[in-house]
Amino acid sequence: MIGGIDIVTLIAALMAASTPVLLAATGELVAEKAGVLNLGVEGMMIVGAVAGFAMAVTTGSPVLGFAGGALAGALLACLFALLTQVFLSNQTATGLALTLFGLGLSALVGKGFEGVRPPPTGKMPFGPLADLPVIGPILFGHDWMVYVSLALVAGVWAFLKYARLGLILRAVGENHDAAHALGYRVIALRCAALAFGGALAGLGGAYLSLVRVPQWTEGMTAGAGWIALAIVVFASWRAERVLIGAYMFGGITALQLQLQAAGYAIPVHFLTMAPYVITVLVLVILSATHRHGAPAAPAALGRSFHASS
Amino acid sequence: MDRRSFLKTTAATATLAAVGLPVAAADPIKIGFIYVGPVGDMGWSYQHDVARREMETALGGKVVTSFIENVPEGPDAERALTQLALEGNQLIFATSFGFMDATVNVAAKFPNVKFEHATGYKRAENLATYDARFYEGRAVQGTIAGRMTKTNKIGYIGSFPIPEVIQGINAAYIHAKKVNPDVEIKVVWAYSWFDPAKEADAAAALIAEGCDFILQHTDSTAPQAKAQEAGTVFTFGQASDMEAFKPSPRISSTIDNWAPYYIKRAQALVDGNWKSEGTWGGIGTGMVGIGEITSAVPAEVKAEAEALIAKISDGSYHPFTGPLKKQDGSDWLAEGKTPEDAELAGLNFFVEGISAEMPK
Repeated sequence: MIGGIDIVTLIAALMAASTPVLLAATGELVAEKAGVLNLGVEGMMIVGAVAGFAMAVTTGSPVLGFAGGALAGALLACLFALLTQVFLSNQTATGLALTLFGLGLSALVGKGFEGVRPPPTGKMPFGPLADLPVIGPILFGHDWMVYVSLALVAGVWAFLKYARLGLILRAVGENHDAAHALGYRVIALRCAALAFGGALAGLGGAYLSLVRVPQWTEGMTAGAGWIALAIVVFASWRAERVLIGAYMFGGITALQLQLQAAGYAIPVHFLTMAPYVITVLVLVILSATHRHGAPAAPAALGRSFHASS
Repeated sequence: MDRRSFLKTTAATATLAAVGLPVAAADPIKIGFIYVGPVGDMGWSYQHDVARREMETALGGKVVTSFIENVPEGPDAERALTQLALEGNQLIFATSFGFMDATVNVAAKFPNVKFEHATGYKRAENLATYDARFYEGRAVQGTIAGRMTKTNKIGYIGSFPIPEVIQGINAAYIHAKKVNPDVEIKVVWAYSWFDPAKEADAAAALIAEGCDFILQHTDSTAPQAKAQEAGTVFTFGQASDMEAFKPSPRISSTIDNWAPYYIKRAQALVDGNWKSEGTWGGIGTGMVGIGEITSAVPAEVKAEAEALIAKISDGSYHPFTGPLKKQDGSDWLAEGKTPEDAELAGLNFFVEGISAEMPK
């Protein structure tokens, strides 16, 4: 307990609260590392939320629910890939359209699922470990999706750092012409990266509707997708920093509510602003320190590729 | 924005389709609604929409309604209201406190269109207000919570620090304290009417603080779902019955019953005798309903709550009856005194004993 705030509860709460944006941001990181800026994260998340919810309610299995959410997110990302990679549409505009499309589509699909309760997602059975003081609730007291999300971050980090395919993916994101000249299939790789990103965004959405809230309501992502985009920038395109960023953003939300519950009269709006202020600061620091070196953003980010050009 | 107009058009089309081809006789009068959340919030906006449909049914083919949902409070509301007015709606209901200034502005621009604003206090020749005494329901909830709480901590999720919400917090606290002197109330402001994830997090934070009752003045059922997950926490349905969470955690509810009022006002419009006035209905007039008190509540507590409902309903008891002091210890109401409606409608302080600070 520090100042009336139970730190253990706070950390446990922020891990659950951050998981949706953590998943979405990790997915977006992979897409952006491949050089594609997909602003449709919010749309893919909410479609994942409704699809995952519908699937879980229909089948009674949260596992299938998460699978359905990931699939729906990936499908929407494939639509984005088709438009931006094959038909070379503008990525920014297409991404924004994807968000609007996703919000409308999910509202339509979700009409029949309002007020329905999803099957519960189980806690990881750690047995006596979960009863340990302090580290029990923090490390061993979560539902299994929290561990999946952490494993995915670790996997993405290792993939980008050590795997040959990860290196190729980064090469495509840095200089698609050079990668193409070396014989790598730029479009195919980018489509795969987008689909992966969409799947993770869908998974994040499904976590929101199946665990964190848990129910389906229209517009329930309430801007989480945009926060995920901010986190990727905050993390300067590194997987391990995405984890820090997501937990910080989630942590501040959890903290401000807990501070209020503990009876502090705190300026809520300042706390809510804080992560974004920090994001801007990080951007400034990055651009200052990288003045003479390579910038943090993938060099080909947001640029369309065509073999003829 | 695009989505809203799309939904609006869809709603209008659906309404037309439901009515079928307009009856050849007199053209039905058009009535419009704007909602702050989606009609599927299962709370506040949902309840207004239920009443809208009941009104349409009750008045037969004489009125045709349409609505715009998810209208943000602020300038955007003005656009939505203007759109409804331009579409020929003769009566427009603006159903959230934050629509107040937008409604006042648009009402001034369309003197021939009648407006009704829910929970506000600004009226004009063509702008009426209506509100329900939600605090009467809160008094009942406070009594039940005060009797049943084991931790003596009651959590309250507030939306915005406005009179309507402050009345509720005070009424719940006063009545919990009356039956349980050790009770304390913890308030978390969500700064939103509808944000399921945030409402769920707020409920989780209150539960972590040891609250075993969660009262909400936000519109989604997320806090109910969170309480259910916790297992030992009770809630009350807010705005709608939220019967999906019966018999526990939801052990009773405050139901906003707008239908009789909407029917009355629409009928007045049809009859040509609509007047601008302020309506503030409570349990007595049926505008505030108390949902079933479930089996999770001990019989003697249920009886006590029902006695309180009866006393409020017949007017023999006012939930704000002195002696009451303000939070800072200064006097508010002397022994046996009750506040004027005008004072209550502008309530901006907590009563003595509430430790939470009012946000500035």
